[in-house]
Amino acid sequence: MAKPKVPGMFKGLGITFNTLVDTLKNGAATVQYPHEKESPPVRARGVIALREDNCTSCMLCARSCPDWCIYIEGHKELAPPRRAGGKPRGVNKLDRFDIDYALCMYCGICVEVCPFDALFWSPEYEYSEPKIADLLHDKTKLGEWMETVPEAPELESGALKGKK
Amino acid sequence: MTATTSGQVISDRQQLAYIASQAADARVNVELETEGMTLNIGPQHPATHGTLRIIARLDGEQVIWAEPSAGYMHRGYEKLTEVRSFPQVTALINRIDWLGSFANEVPFILAAEKLMGIEAPPRAQYIRTILFELSRIANVTLFLGDLGVQLGAITPVFFAFRDREYALNLIEAATGGRFHPNFDRIGGLKDDLPKGWIDEAKATMKKMKQFCDTIEDLLFGNEIFQIRTRGIGVIPKDVAMSYGLSGANARASGIDWDLRRDQTLPMAWDKADWKVITHPAGDSFARCWVRLQETREACSIVEQLVDNIPAGPIMAKVPRIVKVPEGEAWVSTENPLGEMGYYVVSKGDTGPFRVKIRSASFNNISITPWLLKGVFVPDIITILASLYFILGDIDR
Amino acid sequence: MLATLPYWGVSLIRILGGIVAVLLPAGSIVYIFLFKMMSFMQSRLGPMEAGPYGSMQLFAEVGKWLQKEDLAPDGADKRLFKMAPLIVLASTFLLVAVVPFGPDAWFTNFEAGVFYALAVSSVSVLGILMAGWSSANKYSLMGGLRAAGQLIAYELPMVLAVIGVVIQAGTMNLQQIVVKQNNDKIFGLHFLGNPYILTQFVGFIVFMIAVQAELTQTPFDMPIAESELVSGYMTEYSGFRFLIFFIGEFATAGVFALIASALFLGGWGVPFSWFGWHNIGDVANWMNVVGPLIMFVKMMIVVFLIMWVRFSFPRFREDQLQRFAWKVLIPIALANIMLTAILKVAF
Repeated sequence: MAKPKVPGMFKGLGITFNTLVDTLKNGAATVQYPHEKESPPVRARGVIALREDNCTSCMLCARSCPDWCIYIEGHKELAPPRRAGGKPRGVNKLDRFDIDYALCMYCGICVEVCPFDALFWSPEYEYSEPKIADLLHDKTKLGEWMETVPEAPELESGALKGKK
Repeated sequence: MTATTSGQVISDRQQLAYIASQAADARVNVELETEGMTLNIGPQHPATHGTLRIIARLDGEQVIWAEPSAGYMHRGYEKLTEVRSFPQVTALINRIDWLGSFANEVPFILAAEKLMGIEAPPRAQYIRTILFELSRIANVTLFLGDLGVQLGAITPVFFAFRDREYALNLIEAATGGRFHPNFDRIGGLKDDLPKGWIDEAKATMKKMKQFCDTIEDLLFGNEIFQIRTRGIGVIPKDVAMSYGLSGANARASGIDWDLRRDQTLPMAWDKADWKVITHPAGDSFARCWVRLQETREACSIVEQLVDNIPAGPIMAKVPRIVKVPEGEAWVSTENPLGEMGYYVVSKGDTGPFRVKIRSASFNNISITPWLLKGVFVPDIITILASLYFILGDIDR
Repeated sequence: MLATLPYWGVSLIRILGGIVAVLLPAGSIVYIFLFKMMSFMQSRLGPMEAGPYGSMQLFAEVGKWLQKEDLAPDGADKRLFKMAPLIVLASTFLLVAVVPFGPDAWFTNFEAGVFYALAVSSVSVLGILMAGWSSANKYSLMGGLRAAGQLIAYELPMVLAVIGVVIQAGTMNLQQIVVKQNNDKIFGLHFLGNPYILTQFVGFIVFMIAVQAELTQTPFDMPIAESELVSGYMTEYSGFRFLIFFIGEFATAGVFALIASALFLGGWGVPFSWFGWHNIGDVANWMNVVGPLIMFVKMMIVVFLIMWVRFSFPRFREDQLQRFAWKVLIPIALANIMLTAILKVAF
């Protein structure tokens, strides 16, 4: 060991002092939340958005949810036929699609399991409520989150393209 | 070091404590009796990382008897897994060791894959290993900061929270979840890495190494820290083995044992060049030091692996609804806290029939009644801090 | 100016001054050091919302504490429990009484000032011990006992460190110690006066370490020890009684820093030779205004040292702390006294 040994106590004092100077010069590492916001990564699991048209109320998401926080009710309707003269089609209509964010544990299984691409993750995180009951988002509110859903990010080199 | 009649090897200090406790008993009928005091440390106490309760019987400031009382946060994961399907289980077991949650998923998924007889493609193995080490870094970073708080230094913990954020940002960018990634799937991973992640990872690893240097200078080099931890809470090698310590606690007692190296798992640890850190002393300082060095090693593992991720798919061919064939499998890995393993029994259903979770902290704190005898009250805190447990990992 | 006022007027001004001298340093220490410096050292900003740069935060906190219920545990000795914080705060007020702030800006000016200060500073031990004992809480009891052991142990090196200054000054009157420092010369040099930090450097270090322990700041914060004893003797306190402890802690830090700057840093004065003064009678009247400011600046520097150490270090264990006092500090302080006495006689 060629370099002179500084007692550890003084080194520690140096570190805190350097951080003090650094914070004064370059600003803190923290973000003053309500005034400035960090943008979470694209993949961040903030809130679940629902594209209502895609949903067929197949209940897969509700069944695969580990804490059963998705409530779905639907009924069948007859829609006008696609071709003239054809038979009216049976269409699943969504009456109720609620996600209780007081229960949700943000595992993302529902989004993954959905076979019709009706559920998406949005990195939006500012939806806390003073009343816990207000955390139950109904289908219109979940539909509004659709605007905030970002494009899926490009993948790192070496990844197989075209695979979800 | 002396051997008692029962053949158990105990240290001098512990023998003194034993004599002190005998003497305390002998004084009961004597007129001038000093009354011991029972101190409940926890379940709500700033030093127990959650709700561990330590019942300590004190003579002055010296502990003559101590026992941990766990279970205040029992959540019944072993039972819960019986009524969940395999994908749901990974979401749950994230919460066992909540600071290094990705590492919790890996052994379970490996056990399920073992039962199904499949193996994740190499790209998935690499990414799994990288994320595993990242969660180790995130976990141990907080330990290094928290150590300062337990010893009365408030600044390191803020550095730890600041720099852990970089590691968490990486995990979040890849998996979408900061704490609970739920990213591992049977047969591979949920998704591939987003673009630019590898460069970010390299930059972050530099920062984490810098953080290790900072902590080493700020805390480990401090003379007060050294006299508070050196020679305190010494666990000899044989005692560590007989209590089933694992992870850094065992390695700090000189046991050269690391499941990442000693086991062949379909993971990429053998592709990187790293070494197992051991320390012969077995005291609190050794435990902390081993963890610090391991963080550096983990950084270098990540740095080496991100450059060599092979191209290819990240999922093996698995059916959409996973049904694991009948059988039993045991897989354990070297988690941030020590050996963590899952014994999975499947009856051919979509969910496991029974899962036994072996978590590291539960075994690691089982040594506390032995270890805390004869120490002073302030040392209870440093010893517990250096054993490093997470309540979720004890109670499950 | 003071001479034209009646006696009661002077007394009133001095009492008001005493309150200001305790509360103003306490407030500024809390804001500048506890809120801001600590935050910056941990690369964050600290309170920013209340007032510009969070400068009103302290008032917000005081308001919060005052609103809280005045709770006492069931098993507590209620009268002692409620009295204890007041005793701690009272010792701070007693302590500030001897600190001189200017040629005429003093509260009391008596011969045994240093002796009085050191004696009064240990009154707070009583309050702490009472708080620890009467809380009927095991953690509080342990904190109180630790505090008693520690404060008494560190009283000694503090006294011994000050004795060097007293020998050199030849007086125990703080005002005269200050005058001496500004009027003396080192090795014939008249320019700087003779602040005793130069000649009594060892004494200064020992004094500061002892002060750190007396204030139970971090390397010596065994009695409070949040992570072990859950705040020790303060565990059971809430509301305005906790506030009083809190003010007491930082006001005492300020007052000890004032005493340290009076003893070692030249107090309120500037070297007299700069203005051609020869003794205290020559000192211009404006020093009564500028003196307190100089004092304040010096106090801030000393508190900066105390707080800097507090935010960087982990804490000792109780036995190590005692060993440090008895085996390291006291011998050093004794050697310092001997050396000072020999040099004093020799020159």
